[in-house]
Parts: sequence; structure tokens; C-alpha cells
Amino acid sequence: MVRLAQVATTIRSKNAGPDCISFDIIFQDPGVYERVKASGALTPQRICRLYGIDPERLVYFGAFDPARAFKFAIRRARPSGSPGETDVMGSQMYAPLLDLELPASVLPSPAAAGRAGKTVA
Amino acid sequence: MAPVAVTAGAPPAGAGVRTVKLLSPTGHLGFTPIEPDSFWAGVAQQPDAIVADSGSCDIGPHALGADEPASPRSWQTHDLELILTASRRLGVPMIIGSASDTGTDRGVREFAAIIRELARQHRLPPFRMATIYSSQDLDHLRRRVQAGAWTRGLDGRGPLTVADLEQTDNAVAVMGAEPILEALRRGADVVIAGRACDPALFAAPLLQAGFGPGIAYFAGKLLECASFCAEPFAGKESVLGTVDAEGIVLAPMSSYQRCTPASVAGHAMYERADPYREYLPGGYVDMSQCVYEAVDERRTRVRGPRWVAADRYTVKLEGAGKVGERALMIIGIRDPHILSRLDEAVAWSRRKVGERFRGDGYQVYYHVYGRNGVMGELEPIKEIRSHEVCVVVEGVAPTRAEAMEMTNLAGRNFMYARIPGLQGTAGAAAFMSDEVLPARPAYRWTLNHVIEVADPMELFRLEMEDVE
Repeated sequence: MVRLAQVATTIRSKNAGPDCISFDIIFQDPGVYERVKASGALTPQRICRLYGIDPERLVYFGAFDPARAFKFAIRRARPSGSPGETDVMGSQMYAPLLDLELPASVLPSPAAAGRAGKTVA
Repeated sequence: MAPVAVTAGAPPAGAGVRTVKLLSPTGHLGFTPIEPDSFWAGVAQQPDAIVADSGSCDIGPHALGADEPASPRSWQTHDLELILTASRRLGVPMIIGSASDTGTDRGVREFAAIIRELARQHRLPPFRMATIYSSQDLDHLRRRVQAGAWTRGLDGRGPLTVADLEQTDNAVAVMGAEPILEALRRGADVVIAGRACDPALFAAPLLQAGFGPGIAYFAGKLLECASFCAEPFAGKESVLGTVDAEGIVLAPMSSYQRCTPASVAGHAMYERADPYREYLPGGYVDMSQCVYEAVDERRTRVRGPRWVAADRYTVKLEGAGKVGERALMIIGIRDPHILSRLDEAVAWSRRKVGERFRGDGYQVYYHVYGRNGVMGELEPIKEIRSHEVCVVVEGVAPTRAEAMEMTNLAGRNFMYARIPGLQGTAGAAAFMSDEVLPARPAYRWTLNHVIEVADPMELFRLEMEDVE
């Protein structure tokens, strides 16, 4: 297994309006991106489990080929900046994605799997 | 309605074949100062307009609710001075939207005053300034809703109600390109707009040049955050967008950045739920057929955006309302026994607060840094893995005095938390200081809706003046 942080170049989150947080996972290596897509390892169900949310709060999930990216959006429990807010811009909500495990087969080659993390140029 | 409105009037001869260059120096004017080197490099490219937005709803509901700027006036002035002096030297329009963070009438008036003062200081030749106001009269909106205006709540909210409006202190309508285009048609050299869709600021000069709304708004979408569409990551560096019949070419004006197909496509999907659609008044840009290709190592061309007109012409409303007065207290906990039973300490504090403060107007939040202080309910890690935690107590109450007293009570009761087996019987918490910190009042986003209008100008007021 490899961690998502080892194969994706950008993993980020940010508000999409006051009621949603948008997440982007961008891959620099087209081969890795295609293999992650084909692996079926990134699914709406898995995101809902990771963040502990009901499926109806996952308002978008999909791949975005032009940027070699996966993208999803979660509806907030309360609008951003309401009393009790912890992350007004939603900019640290991506952290749990870093440790998400993917099959090692998404790496460029078996040899490369041994030095995961240095495989993305 | 929409496409008719934005393409109304005869386009200039050679429409769509002319090349228009737009300079984008910052993704949020005044938020932190513009980097001057790449800005002047961009000015040397002789852009046809310099465009920047100055607002965001990312900063939370406080700025709009209280109608206060979120940026220092000196930084706003710094950025406006660069853009005004450069655009007057070039003789091209400058377009600023969402003035002073909120885009309220206060923001427009303050920016217009800064422009007049800068014009005087620099002894600029006379020019025409347009101010476009977007603050909304809440009674007027209430009457519209009561008269059955078509509205829709965004992101899972229900249609706009009178109750939503009653909880709102300040509301703005978010303009499309039409009011800005109208200002340009009336000869504006400087446009200070209230709350505006960021892409609309860039779209207006492109529509004026005869481009269609698809490429015009799409160009705006790519340019509105300036150097965020380039790599490596950097803010406040200028980016030049060159639009012609073939599409848009993006070029960084800093020496060290590149606009690559990946960086530009990555930005096209930034800060939105759906990466293929950019929603605007009157329709959306369909980005699903866009092609991103490298022109050279530092520039990227994008082709293929398509405008899809909506059945209704709607304008977005943003509103924020005050929830109450607010105070904070900072508590530290180090004893592993208390950390293992932290929920009981929180429950004790909550119980003691509940004995004195009851009702909807009183809210206490416990931000436990070291457990889920950052992510709250979305945090997957449930147990404490740290040897210490920080608890920030946040209290909200109808009056400042009650907020201070209630927060003090909630914080001090961590000292007296009754936890079985506690060996440290002299106090179950460490106070960084036995002190309650007054905080800004609490606000909430009350409006995130769209409302149908008959005319794109309907909710906006355009004024023209000569600055001499």
C-alpha cells in the first residue's frame, strides 16, 4: 500500500461558498492518475467513511481529467464562520486524505514502489 | 434574458478577432499588498485593462454583518495607488470589484474616496469614475419575497423567507458583468464596483470588445486569483491574460512562475463544488470541453468554454446577521488522567454554565486543540494522541457582559472539574492567564440564495462622476 500523500502532488481544501468545502487531489504523473482512477480506490463511499458524514453531505465527487485531479465537496454542518467555527476558510480539512491508503500498483513501476514518495517528479 | 443582455448593442467591427489583454495583479485587493515587480512587468505589456476583485466570502460573515473592512486601509491604498497610476499612465480602464472586502456601499464609498485622494496627490489629469452600489434594502427584499419573487437557496438551503431576512443585518446582491459593462459604455476610466462575481469584472471589457459570454466569463474565472493559476504556488504576483478568437493565453509576470496546462486547469476547478461549471447571473460557463495546451514553457492557452443560458435571470444574494456578543478563554490541560476523561471535564463545565445561563441566546463551544480543534465533527481521529491539549472556550450571549461572565464560568470550571480518581486536587486546568478575552460579535451567513430579476441592473445603482 502507498499513502495518497506519496503519489499526489497537491492535496488541498478550501471553501466553496459559505456552505461547502471543496477538496482537490491533483496528480502530476498522468500514469499514476490513470492508475488511481482505474484502481477504484477513491470512491464517494470511502470519502464519507473517512470524514464520518452521511452521503447526502457529499455534494460532488468526480475525476477532472484536464487537471489530472479528483475533486469532491462536502456540505458544512453550519455556514462558515458561525459560532463554534474551527476552520473559517476550510483550508485544513484535507489532512486526513494524506494518509489514505492506495494499492501500490498505482505507482509507476514495482521497483518504484520501494522508494515511494520520490516517484513523483 | 441573459445572453441578450450581455450581447445587446452592436458589437464593434471585427468583433471577436481583436486581441484584448487583461492584467490581474491580485486575487483579493488589499488582503496583503501586491508585489510591485511583476505588476510593473505586466504594465509594460500594455494591457487593455487592469482588473482586481477586493472581496471574498471566505473571510466569514463578520465583515459583511458588521459592515467593516477586513483589510488595513494602508494596504488597500497601496494596491489602488499602483493600479490607478498605471492605468492612467496607459490610458486604459481599471476595474475593481467587491470593494473593501464586503462590496457594501460603505466599501464602494471608501474606495472611491481613496481614488479621489490619490488623484489629487498624483495630480492626475481628469478622468471618469463609475461607482456601482450593491447593498440591498432589507425591507425591499422582504416585499419582493412577500410578493412571490422566485428565489432558490443554494447548497441545500430552502427558498428565501421573511425569517431569513429578519435575521439579516446586511445584504448585498452579487452583480454579473452587465452593470460594469454599462459603466464602461458610459466612458468610465475607473470602475469601483460593489459585490461582484469575480469573473464578471474581467468579462465586462471582453464583452465590450465583442467577445461572447462563454470566453469572457471563463477568462475571468482563470484570471481572478492572479498568480494562483501559476506554479510554483505564490500569491499577489501579476498574471496577464491575452484573449483572442482562439481562446485565452495565460502568462505569469513574475520571473519565477509558469502557467502550465496543469496549473491552469488546477485553478479552473479551484474553490468550487463542480469543476465543469462556473455559475453566473443568467447562466453558466460549461468548461467540460475546454482544452489546455502549452504555448511554451511559461504560457498556456485554453480553448473551448461554452456559455449555457439559464431559463431565469437570477442574481445571488449574500447576507449576514448578528448572533450575539462573544468572548473567549484559553485553558491548558496536562494531567494524563484528565485527558483520558476530558469529556467529563467538558460536561462539568457545560453543566455549571447551564445552571446560570439557559435559552437559545446562550451558546458555549469547547475547541479542544490536540483532539479535534481544527476539524471538529469532521475529524476522523477520535482519541487524544498528545500529552497536552488546549481548550478554547467560546461563549456567545445577547450582551457583552453576559458573554464575558458565561465564558469565565465555563473556563474556570475546568479548574474545578469533578473527575473521579483525580490526584491533582489543587486544580484540574492551567490558565494561560485568568482572563476572559473579549471577541468580535458572532455573525452567521443568513443569505446564500438567488433571486429572479427582470433586468440585470435592477438590484444595482450606477453613478458616474468626473474626478478632477
